[in-house]
Amino acid sequence: MIYADNAATTRMSEAAIEAMAECIRKDYGNPSSLYAFGQQAKERLEKAREEIAAVIGAASPAEILFTSGGSEADNQALISAAAIGKKKGKKHIVSTAFEHHAVLHTLKKLEKEGFEVTLLDVHENGIVLPEEVEAAIREDTCLVSVMYANNEIGTIQPIAEIGAVCRKKGVLFHTDAVQAVGHLPIDVTAENIDLLSASGHKFHGPKGVGFLYARKGVLLTNLIEGGAQERGRRAGTENTPGVAAMAAALKERAANLPEEQKKVSALRDRLIEGIGRISHSALNGDRIKRLPGNVSFCFEGIEGESLLLLLDQKGICASSGSACTSGSLDPSHVLLAIGRVHDVAHGSLRLTLNEENTPEEVEEMIQGVTETVEYLRSFSPVWRSLQEGKIPHIL
Amino acid sequence: MALYSEKVMDHFLHPRNVGIIEDANAIGEVGNAKCGDIMKMYMKIENDTIQDVKFETFGCGSAIASSSMATELIKGKPVAEAMKLTNQAVAEALDGLPAYKMHCSVLAEEAIHAALDDYRKKTEEKS
Repeated sequence: MIYADNAATTRMSEAAIEAMAECIRKDYGNPSSLYAFGQQAKERLEKAREEIAAVIGAASPAEILFTSGGSEADNQALISAAAIGKKKGKKHIVSTAFEHHAVLHTLKKLEKEGFEVTLLDVHENGIVLPEEVEAAIREDTCLVSVMYANNEIGTIQPIAEIGAVCRKKGVLFHTDAVQAVGHLPIDVTAENIDLLSASGHKFHGPKGVGFLYARKGVLLTNLIEGGAQERGRRAGTENTPGVAAMAAALKERAANLPEEQKKVSALRDRLIEGIGRISHSALNGDRIKRLPGNVSFCFEGIEGESLLLLLDQKGICASSGSACTSGSLDPSHVLLAIGRVHDVAHGSLRLTLNEENTPEEVEEMIQGVTETVEYLRSFSPVWRSLQEGKIPHIL
Repeated sequence: MALYSEKVMDHFLHPRNVGIIEDANAIGEVGNAKCGDIMKMYMKIENDTIQDVKFETFGCGSAIASSSMATELIKGKPVAEAMKLTNQAVAEALDGLPAYKMHCSVLAEEAIHAALDDYRKKTEEKS
């Protein structure tokens, strides 16, 4: 099997598994319990908090809150910033057209509560412009939320510049960094980030755990009420094994970041070059400013789900932005946001690599995708019409 | 529990009657690229019987399987019988489709009807 869907989830690293197993076997106490055995678990938790804070450049571990994952962190970040804004009479939020649904759907919910949301254009290259963020900020803007790197097309946003703009204008800045943490060097202090969401299973940690970074002074609103865990900001006995594993995974990523970035980028570049040879195909998003492992293409004349099923037969695990895979009638909002028309957006493929993939696998992927696209085109009425000149080629 | 039944996977991986008929006297194309499904049916009809039928499809696994199965169900049949083909019959023959994929079987039924309507129009023009 060739696993090329690391943006969806990643395999837990050995270090993460060991940390989790040890925690489950030895430190299974409740961190809130008074006795020494409980306090051992608490120490695990706090050590993990310190380690994670250090990796992302947070001023203090107290700024890290553990959640059930990226979606929960996104929800809490947005709800909190909105509550702060509401108290000051500021009910305008600026975000982008291609955020993850955890952000977009929470924004929809806030709209129903009377907030106004401006979604910025992400342009053909899938990158937001800091000037446009600045221009969109009004007197009554309480929050800017821009994802660090897009999950579908991998494009990396100018976060530091946007952070500087927000700091200048006195507006809270949240970034959904779920796809970036562990893969890019992040410094929340240097980049003027006030709120950041992360998810363990995207960087070789376990599923079901993530964290929210909130700069000191940014008051969080609870999503979950109950006990006093997480400084009273998120009730519920802490997922110590999950947190311990997540911290171990992140530490490992941080220690190996430069080599991993280099290795994965090289694999990605070869894959982009190989797939780019397929006629009437196009890379989605900026060629340079993209995550080290992200390869996203559209192919004219074919549909994404059938492409994935056939690749699965060849043992290749990938994903797509076609409607069939999104479960709705519209293809991915991300592809539409960068200007792909429906016809072409349906024929999309996303391959996301990590340091476990090999050059041989990349060659196999290139061959597999090339053959499959050719096969599907051989009985596609759309491809026939394109080739016969009945409809114009778009790509 | 896989996404698709074995029959659907079989018709998807080994679609029957794929291609075009150069001298088809019945052609029907339905769907649109906007929703991501397009099916084109070609038929050779003689003595009011579907002597040959071929299809081309742009679409997902269910779409390709549905069009393949639909052609199998009408090949060699009289036109009147083919007209009665329903999407439920196609879905049943495939041992069922997921609920959100049933529209693919509907499209297959519509493609067949479109081709047969084309045939009817052409024969009416002749007479």
